[in-house]
Amino acid sequence: MDSPYGLLAELTYACPLQCAYCSNPLALDEYREELTTQEWQRVITEAAELGVLQLHLSGGEPLQRRDIVELVQTASDLGLYTNLITSAIGLSERRAEQLREAGLDHVQISIQADQQNLSDQIAGVRSFERKREAANLVRRLGWPITLNVVLHQQNLDHIAGILEMAEDMGADRIELANTQYYGWAGLNRSGLMPSREQLRHAEEVVREARERVGDRMEIIYVIPDYYSRYPKPCMDGWASRQFTVTPNGDALPCPAAQSLPLPKANVREHSVAWIWQDSPLFNEYRGTDWMPEPCQSCDRKELDFGGCRCQAFALTGDASRTDPVCHLSPDHGLVETVVAEANDPARPSGATLTPRPHPRRLQPRTVTVPLTTAETSAPTSL
Amino acid sequence: MRSTRPMAIVEPMIVPRIAPHVRMRYDAARGQHVLLSPERIVVVNETATAVLELCDGTRSVEEIVTELRARYDEVSEDDVRHLLDELKAKHCVEVTDG
Repeated sequence: MDSPYGLLAELTYACPLQCAYCSNPLALDEYREELTTQEWQRVITEAAELGVLQLHLSGGEPLQRRDIVELVQTASDLGLYTNLITSAIGLSERRAEQLREAGLDHVQISIQADQQNLSDQIAGVRSFERKREAANLVRRLGWPITLNVVLHQQNLDHIAGILEMAEDMGADRIELANTQYYGWAGLNRSGLMPSREQLRHAEEVVREARERVGDRMEIIYVIPDYYSRYPKPCMDGWASRQFTVTPNGDALPCPAAQSLPLPKANVREHSVAWIWQDSPLFNEYRGTDWMPEPCQSCDRKELDFGGCRCQAFALTGDASRTDPVCHLSPDHGLVETVVAEANDPARPSGATLTPRPHPRRLQPRTVTVPLTTAETSAPTSL
Repeated sequence: MRSTRPMAIVEPMIVPRIAPHVRMRYDAARGQHVLLSPERIVVVNETATAVLELCDGTRSVEEIVTELRARYDEVSEDDVRHLLDELKAKHCVEVTDG
């Protein structure tokens, strides 16, 4: 067994945005007792000792944690590559300078669309202009600009405009990620699922844009797996290369694995090394022995690892089945039905989406962080 | 505003550097050098490490080859250019006009 390369630290599920495509779990209130600064520092240190090289700081909105600079400093001192995945709400000039100083390597800013109205509507809060300002701030401090746009029925037709906006903003990289149907996105699947025609058009626009911009801007396009022939190689295999730690300390081989009926592995109770190497949760689907047919005899089993366990569970109720996205899966009809509904000419044009709510939250005690002007003027939307 | 622009191939006078969002470090747990970026980890062998350590944004490909030749036998300029082309395609290396 190799050591993990990456840790996705979901620092908090608090978020000023209310995107209906959010993949955070539905039971947000179960994650109220967040790890303290010291607990996160221990997790980051143990992860680095185990071989982790990349730390993704995410959430929710990681900037809602008042100790974010301290955590980046810890990771940076350990030589980890640090990547902040943010809505940019809460990225004040002072905060950004502190993060830069602490050694933050990379900032990824989410943006919901190319126009203020649509972007703010999808986010459920006025945020578009602040994101644009934050992108300028990021550039000014010397970071490259990476934008992330989650794609779905409501914004896919804007993809040309989105790419144009990214070019105008001087983005170095843009990740166009089709929605993954976990958590709130799973709940809102029928409203978010794009049509085949939307995707065909989007892929054509992306192809043309790649030719036009060349090396000037890297365009990463994450394909919509419901429309794929084969499933995504989820996490490059269960507990193979990376893992997630949720705000309350649950360690997960896939960010959506809290949904599975498996024993928990929490960093408050166990070391990161034990969880990675020995916990029943991390060993449940490790390797290929667990695979059923048609995966077991498939020559792609080391390429896509049977797809996503959490998607298999969400669709069939059994996490050990082949991901139904695969056209060879005996459950593929479940995916075909969803796709057929999304392409039904009688599909209603306006979708009803459930916004992801703001969770209630217990702020961990952080006695080491002094109160500063920036701290007291932090967003008060929670 | 931009200091970089697309190049078809890495020519001798071109000045390469590791992209700003990419960092090279030694991975002690596995005994290898790696290039780290948000979505990617590229393992680099000893030769590539020696090349990349000279990609500081001031030396041209030609100068890098000259320096390598002072240290190692049989340094092929083609190999160095091929390596840099490959890393450029992976957005790990950027180039500017010399």
